[in-house]
Amino acid sequence: MAHQSDLIAEDIAAYLKAQEEKSMLRFITCGSVDDGKSTLIGRLLWDSKLVFEDQLAALEVDSKKVGTQGDEIDYALLLDGLQAEREQGITIDVAYRFFSTDKRKFIVADTPGHEQYTRNMVTGASTAEVAIILIDARKGVLIQTRRHSFLTSLVGIRKVVLAINKMDLVDYSEDRYHAIVEGYKTFAKDLGFEEIFCIPISALKGDNIIEESERTPWYQGPTLMHHLEHVEITNNALNKPLRMRVQWVNRPNLDFRGFSGTIASGVVHPGDAGVVPSSGQVSTVARIVTMDGDLSEAVAGQSVTITLEDEIDISRGDMLCCTEQRPSYADQFEAHVVWMHEEECLPGRSYLLKAGSATAPATVTALKHKINVNTLQREPGKTLELNEVGICNISLTKPISFDPYQENRNTGNFILIDRFTNATVGAGMIDFPLRRATNIHWQSIDINKQSRAELNDQAPMVLWFTGLSGAGKSTIANLVEKKLHSLGKRTYLLDGDNVRHGLNRDLGFTDVDRVENIRRIAETAKLFVDAGMIVLTSFISPFKSERNLARELLEEGEFVEIFVNTPLEICEQRDPKGLYKKARAGELPNFTGIDSDYEPPENPEIMVEAGTKSAEEISEEIVAKIL
Amino acid sequence: MKIEMTHLRQLEAESIHIMREVAAEFENPVMLYSVGKDSAVMLHLAKKAFYPSKIPFPLMHVDTTWKFREMIEFREKMRQEYDFELLVYTNEEGVKQGVNPFTHGSALYTDIMKTEGLKQGLNKYKFDAAFGGARRDEEKSRAKERIFSFRSENHRWDPKNQRPELWNLYNARVKPGESIRSFPISNWTELDIWQYIYLEEIPIVPLYYSKIRPVVERDGMLIMVDDDRMQLKAGEQIQMKSVRFRTLGCYPLTGAVESTAATLPEIIQEMLLTRTSERQGRLIDHDSAGSMEKKKQEGYF
Repeated sequence: MAHQSDLIAEDIAAYLKAQEEKSMLRFITCGSVDDGKSTLIGRLLWDSKLVFEDQLAALEVDSKKVGTQGDEIDYALLLDGLQAEREQGITIDVAYRFFSTDKRKFIVADTPGHEQYTRNMVTGASTAEVAIILIDARKGVLIQTRRHSFLTSLVGIRKVVLAINKMDLVDYSEDRYHAIVEGYKTFAKDLGFEEIFCIPISALKGDNIIEESERTPWYQGPTLMHHLEHVEITNNALNKPLRMRVQWVNRPNLDFRGFSGTIASGVVHPGDAGVVPSSGQVSTVARIVTMDGDLSEAVAGQSVTITLEDEIDISRGDMLCCTEQRPSYADQFEAHVVWMHEEECLPGRSYLLKAGSATAPATVTALKHKINVNTLQREPGKTLELNEVGICNISLTKPISFDPYQENRNTGNFILIDRFTNATVGAGMIDFPLRRATNIHWQSIDINKQSRAELNDQAPMVLWFTGLSGAGKSTIANLVEKKLHSLGKRTYLLDGDNVRHGLNRDLGFTDVDRVENIRRIAETAKLFVDAGMIVLTSFISPFKSERNLARELLEEGEFVEIFVNTPLEICEQRDPKGLYKKARAGELPNFTGIDSDYEPPENPEIMVEAGTKSAEEISEEIVAKIL
Repeated sequence: MKIEMTHLRQLEAESIHIMREVAAEFENPVMLYSVGKDSAVMLHLAKKAFYPSKIPFPLMHVDTTWKFREMIEFREKMRQEYDFELLVYTNEEGVKQGVNPFTHGSALYTDIMKTEGLKQGLNKYKFDAAFGGARRDEEKSRAKERIFSFRSENHRWDPKNQRPELWNLYNARVKPGESIRSFPISNWTELDIWQYIYLEEIPIVPLYYSKIRPVVERDGMLIMVDDDRMQLKAGEQIQMKSVRFRTLGCYPLTGAVESTAATLPEIIQEMLLTRTSERQGRLIDHDSAGSMEKKKQEGYF
């Protein structure tokens, strides 16, 4: 691994001193499958002398075995990491590569250019400061080019390199080059890039990568490497207001209470005033503590521990900010969301949202529209599928501090996590807080749930019956209500069919509508509980997420999930409404158990096994359990 | 205003951020400590991340019983110096069966004493997160590894089903029994590690520095005779040579390089002027193409 510097051999101490001052640049390369992306990165590693002899030997063997360049070295093989990908000949995920020159260390996010991998590109671009957009000189600006440029802009990258590759295949034509550059600039003028640096290259032949090519005498600009070494990456975050999310409260003993975190933006000094938006409490920075001694100043990017003059209430997830330009503190906002999972995004479903160190349950309350990443046109939609980008309203169960993403890349981002599989399913960039969040407040009422419950002389609760159609939910619920009623309890039964005649008459049976159906029922049940009632609900409620949402709306002990566990075969035999027959005949699409899933509860409060006892006995037992 | 953090300070801040996330999000994290130079840097970063508190999780060393003696001595010295809780775990079943790198071959030995030992150790203490010192520049399959890498109940890694990782937001959610391997120095290269050791004056095992040591040439590698368990094969002779190690593991599987580099700058100089990649010194990687990838799927780091 030979850096060019002669200092290495002559004066290693001086060399090391110089190396300590190097800066770092993270960039992403985007292009479609055949644009030569892997070849370009392989070439950068190769030409910066980062390929070792043993790797070279392996590369020569591999080039002969699976290479696509005949007897020549296939640089792309330097990069393809996982075996399966090697065999398929495409990279399928995000990989990070490293090389360095005497000026800079580089981290390259290598992401696939294949049609369906928006997810990977957004992932790779999220940490990049510069994007290299590759264009095949023979093909010009393609749909993929537009998509990559849009996503680059969406994740807030402002500096772009337009690398027009494979110039060797168009005879290094100046006209061809200019035509592509002009076409691209016209298209990209609305994308908000600060700088578009254009360069003709051949990754395969090495033209204008490290050394100026003699074959493009008409190109006067610097080489790609020179540009990457010199492109200005002023730390934009420095000029922004102070933000630091507290990651960890540092409490070694009673005399020390520090707040550890990474400064997301701005600069901080001892003596500066700071505010925590969640409580509105203000204090003064006392010390900036590090193992190497206290600092007189800390800037965006540094990981520090801050102590304050006053004992104020701060914990993980809170944000320490300057007092002048405060962030938004809200529980509702609009955001661009990129969906990252095979299972589609359902508005109404509860996800976990992680923004910095803050985590809160969140719901997409509205999908306003989607953006077609190829045409950049708005499109309507009810759900968001893998690799789709949507403009969504998001509602949290508690407020968090944030800034709009386009103003602050470090404090305006979030991920969405599925609450059951724990998969990372979405990535979001906040546009702005919703005014509703700041203008609608809870009306405080003097007569509360407890006083109503006392008057009714009962503990209000929801008995949530779930199970397949025909399982016997309504029959049992009906009997339970009768028994409760005769015992003088105040009850109300919400039945699936009845609710669909009124409150939910606008909803159908798609997954989206089912989620919304249950959300409304859960909210209605909550109001009844608040009124001091015992509510019985009888709905298939097939998804765990929504039953869980209902559970979370209520207090501990108020939600009693009753799983009427009757096997599909028995339900189908009974078929009291003739629905299974219709579904089997294809006349009822999205029927639970036939062509739509039922997710059984894992830990229901009460489990009712069908066929073992009569409905009468079962309802007796339920009443005994809950009273 | 224009203050640019140097690359080492940026890497340092990122690693500290990752460590704090793990400490805050998991109930029972552990740091895997191999005693090598990458572990030395991780330990140093952990100290910085939580200062003035003590490191809020234990360090675990999976001892195969075949580590260099100087590594064990050094480990005990570090325990004093950095003041951390140390757990040492050995696959006792493997020891009972007499599993060793000479008669069982490197693949089987590594599987039983290292991979199996590691899994047993993680299971014993029910850790839900484990820090590892792997770097993305070490090997091709590692370039795609996440910083928070999800492992199933059986400690398996599924390269096709990794969680996307954006910005500096790490998904730390696991179900009981599942775990996360966290790699805080993912974005460091070998050169970064050495430069940081130099800059921060971090202590490292003396085996990294050249010295006259007894070695035997075997399968094209120089193996150090660290104790009398090393059995010489016919024709092999112990030679005294000036050697050092670029990577440290079990002494019978770790090749030495001939060198006179006895100071840190000399080591870095030598590394910059040679052209053989780091893992070349490890026998286990040569078995087959993609061998590291297979090992990782099975639970090796």
